[in-house]
Amino acid sequence: MIDLIHTYWKSYLWSDGFNLTGLAMTLWLLVLSCAMGFVLALPLAIARSSRNPWLWRPVWLFTFVFRGTPLFVQLLMIYSGLAGVHFIRHTPLLWSFFRSGLDCVIVAFVLNTCAYTTEIFAGAIKATPIGEVEAGQAIGMSTATLYRRVILPSSLRRALPAYSNEIIFMLHSTSVAFTATVPDLLKVAVDVNAATFMTFQAYGIAAAIYLGVTFLLVGMFRRAERRWLAYLQPQTAQTSPRGADARPKEQPC
Amino acid sequence: MTLSLEGYSQLILAGTWVTLKISFLSLVVSFLIGLAGAVAKLSANPVASWGAGVYTTLIRGIPALVLMLLLYFSVQMGLNRVTEHFGLHQLDIEPVSAAVMVLGFIYGAYFTETFRGAYLAVPRGQMEAALAIGMPWFRAFRRIQFPQMMRFALPGVANNWLVVIKTAGLVSLLGVNDMVKAARQAGNATMRQFFFYGVVAVIFLAITSLSQVLLQYLERRFDIGVREARL
Repeated sequence: MIDLIHTYWKSYLWSDGFNLTGLAMTLWLLVLSCAMGFVLALPLAIARSSRNPWLWRPVWLFTFVFRGTPLFVQLLMIYSGLAGVHFIRHTPLLWSFFRSGLDCVIVAFVLNTCAYTTEIFAGAIKATPIGEVEAGQAIGMSTATLYRRVILPSSLRRALPAYSNEIIFMLHSTSVAFTATVPDLLKVAVDVNAATFMTFQAYGIAAAIYLGVTFLLVGMFRRAERRWLAYLQPQTAQTSPRGADARPKEQPC
Repeated sequence: MTLSLEGYSQLILAGTWVTLKISFLSLVVSFLIGLAGAVAKLSANPVASWGAGVYTTLIRGIPALVLMLLLYFSVQMGLNRVTEHFGLHQLDIEPVSAAVMVLGFIYGAYFTETFRGAYLAVPRGQMEAALAIGMPWFRAFRRIQFPQMMRFALPGVANNWLVVIKTAGLVSLLGVNDMVKAARQAGNATMRQFFFYGVVAVIFLAITSLSQVLLQYLERRFDIGVREARL
C-alpha cells in the first residue's frame, strides 16, 4: 500500500510526467463542462420558460433526450459512434476534433450537464413571484433589463441548492471519461490496478480522493448558500431541532 | 444509412432484458436496504444511527462507477484469496447477481436518505398511537407508518429509480452482457456504432419515459384521500 502510494501519488494527483492526469484532469473536466454548460443553459432556460411553443418545445425535446438517456451512452455515441459516420470521417476539421477522446468527453459532458442545468434554471425562473415581474414592468423596465436586474438574480439564487447538487453529480459523472481513454482519476486507478493487481487499494485511493473533493464542494456550496441565500436562513441563530430539552442555556447579556 | 438491425435484434432484445432485470432487482434490493437504513438512522441506538450515517455519507460521496469497480472486483479477489487459502475451487460470482448486489448496496444509501425524510414527514403520533393500542412494532410500521410515508417518499423514489436505470447502463464495464454491450458487438461487427448506440439510447428513453408515466400514476394513487388546496 505504501509502495503503491509512493510510486503513483503523482499520477493520482496531477501528472504522469507527460500529461495532465488524475485529480487535476477530473477537476479540469468538471470546471470546463460546468462552465460551458452554465453559459449555454442560461439562454436555454429562458427559452424553456417562455410561453412561445416554438421556443420551449425544442428546448424541452433537448432536455428530455439528454436527461432520459445515460451519459455513458451519450459518450459512446459521440466517441465511438461519430467516428464511424462517413461525413465526419471525411471532413478534416470535424475529424481532427472528434478523433480526440478528450474533445468527445467534453462535448458529451457539456450537453448532458446543460440539459440538467436548463431544467433547474427554468424551474427557478418559473417560480419567480409574479409581483416582482409586474413591479419591474410597472416602472417601465424593458424585457432585457427585467431579466438582467430582477428575474435572473433571484432565480439563480433560488436555483443554488439544486444547482450545487448537479455540480456534485457532474463530479461523479466525470468518472465515465476513462472509457474514452481520458486519463482522469478513475483511469489512473484502472491503470494502477492493471499494473499491481492491488484492486482494493488502487480503486480505494481514487474513491477517497473523490470523497474529499465531494466534501470540499459541499462545504463551498454551504458557504455560498449562507452568503447568497442569507435572507432565507432562520432568523434566530440558536434554534435547535431537538426541542425544549436541548435548548441552549440563556446567555448572560 | 439504413435502419435495419441486420439480424442483431435478438442480441439487443436479450441485452435489454438483462438491463431491465438488473435495474429492477437493484431497485428492490436498494429499497429494502433504504428502509432498514432509514429506521437505523432514526433509531435511538447510537451504533445503528452512526453506522447508517457513515454508510450514507461514504457511499453518496463516491461516484457510483468507482464504487462499482471497487466492490465488484475486490469482492471477487477477496473471495479468491479465501478459496485459495482453504484449497477450494475458485468461486466465480455470477456477473448479473453481483451487479445487482453492488448497485443495490450503492443506491440503498440514496434510498436511506429518501426514506429518512419521508419517515420524519409522518406525524409522530401515528406510530405512537399504533404502539399504544398494542401493535407489535413491525406491524405498526407496515400498517401505519409505511403507507403514509410512501406518499412523501414517492417523488424521491421516482428520482432514484431513474438514476438506477441510467447507472445500470454502466454494467457492461463490469463484463455483464447488457444492451450496451450488445450494441457494441453489433456496432463493431457492422461498423455502424452510431446507429446501434442510438438504438440503445432510444430504448433507454422509452424505459425512462414509461417509468415517469407509471410513477405519476402511483403518486396520484398514494395521494388518494389527501385534498390539495385549490387556489
